[in-house]
Amino acid sequence: MLGMPDDIWVPIKLTIELATISTLSLLVVATPLAWWLARSKAWFKEAAAAIVSLPMVLPPTVLGFYLLIALGPDGPGGLIASLWGARTLAFTFTGLVIGSILSSMPFVVQPIRNAFAAVGDRPLEVASTLRASPTRAFWTVALPLASPGLLTGAVLGFAHTVGEFGVILMIGGNIPGRTRVMSTAIFDFVETMRWREANLLAGGMVAFAFVVILAMTLLEKRFTRAGA
Amino acid sequence: MKLTALAAALVGFLTSLAAPVHADVTHVAVAANFTEPAKEIAALFKQKTGHEAVLIFGASGAFYTQITHSAPFEVFLSADAERPKMAVDNGYAVPDTLFTYAIGKLVLWSRVIDVTNGEAALKAGNFQKLSIANPVAAPYGTAAVETMKALGVYDALKPKIVQGNSIAQAFQFVDTRNAELGFVALSQLHGVTEGTRWEVPMKLHAPIFQDAVLLKTGANSEASKAFLAFLKGPEARAIIAKFGYVLELS
Repeated sequence: MLGMPDDIWVPIKLTIELATISTLSLLVVATPLAWWLARSKAWFKEAAAAIVSLPMVLPPTVLGFYLLIALGPDGPGGLIASLWGARTLAFTFTGLVIGSILSSMPFVVQPIRNAFAAVGDRPLEVASTLRASPTRAFWTVALPLASPGLLTGAVLGFAHTVGEFGVILMIGGNIPGRTRVMSTAIFDFVETMRWREANLLAGGMVAFAFVVILAMTLLEKRFTRAGA
Repeated sequence: MKLTALAAALVGFLTSLAAPVHADVTHVAVAANFTEPAKEIAALFKQKTGHEAVLIFGASGAFYTQITHSAPFEVFLSADAERPKMAVDNGYAVPDTLFTYAIGKLVLWSRVIDVTNGEAALKAGNFQKLSIANPVAAPYGTAAVETMKALGVYDALKPKIVQGNSIAQAFQFVDTRNAELGFVALSQLHGVTEGTRWEVPMKLHAPIFQDAVLLKTGANSEASKAFLAFLKGPEARAIIAKFGYVLELS
């Protein structure tokens, strides 16, 4: 495809698929979590926030190691996998998605939480005086106002998953076409001294990261101006 | 008064840090499969000579790349013969210091199914995942592939193969039972009683010659040269044999 050999093109395709699915899943999971963290008055709120942020601080190999056990036959992953006759979620694309969700979670939750917190109580109070139910107020007032934060979270989550290496190395098994993503493919190329391919993929990732960060900054400015 | 006491304490502390004049440190890059024997050898080495060998474990492929980019290793214990030879050919290692310190033994190990008759188990294929070390980076992985091809099962088993980036990771996949079975190094099973194993007959794959070499960074290091000499000696060889390596091809 696109004139590139399979061992270059397939990891790229796999990485984009993994990042897209993980980011979408993350938005679904992180948004209610961020909403709760922004608005809850529970006494254990900050402890919960700290637990959510743990993957940011833990070495990926630590996270990957515990994931290996959790996804395997001795953990919940094995239980889920047995539903379709498999023994483990490790070495599967699903396993990678779970790993990416866990490791990118803090990068998605933080911006969304901050955005919700910045909305404040006032617009929601006004909405309720105009007879909007809390659910309606969330969807029609809070979410649109917080959308720059959601965009930031989505972009960060996507970029972080594209760059994820340690966790994928631990639970992936490097299966071509299934778990051999760009980061582990580059690692392989370096190990076997195929510098041309390594440079190609790595250079592509650098360019991609640059474009992503630039786009994020410009889009955020535009959104904030439009929403203000 | 206080200042004098402080100064005395400082001098005392600094003096205590001074190592004996003859004792030195050497940094040894050790292939993952040789982890346990290397630790024992290093401990004995320190006891006998006073020199300290700092061991760094990892995949031979990664080590070679690092060595070509000025990694601070002085001695290289590879899992293969190819990389030490490349190091000498490309000027990173001292010629004439290269020798085979061990010949590796490949083992099929499982904690889930019975692999006592490994050939039959492989041919039956009653498993979902088989773990090997990445064949492009680790010689035990290459040997695993050679073995499967020699037995005529490689094509059938290829879709079930998962790769660890080093033999240590290949072991981990089997140990956590994520893979039902896998090809590991015999030395990794030292002291392990769980599961069943099949020692792969050495005629099924090219011998895993594990070579050691003195790197240019360690050319003037007494501790480095002493370590390599110790590795060739009878005490180290006894440890190496104990862990299931072969010392000479019969």
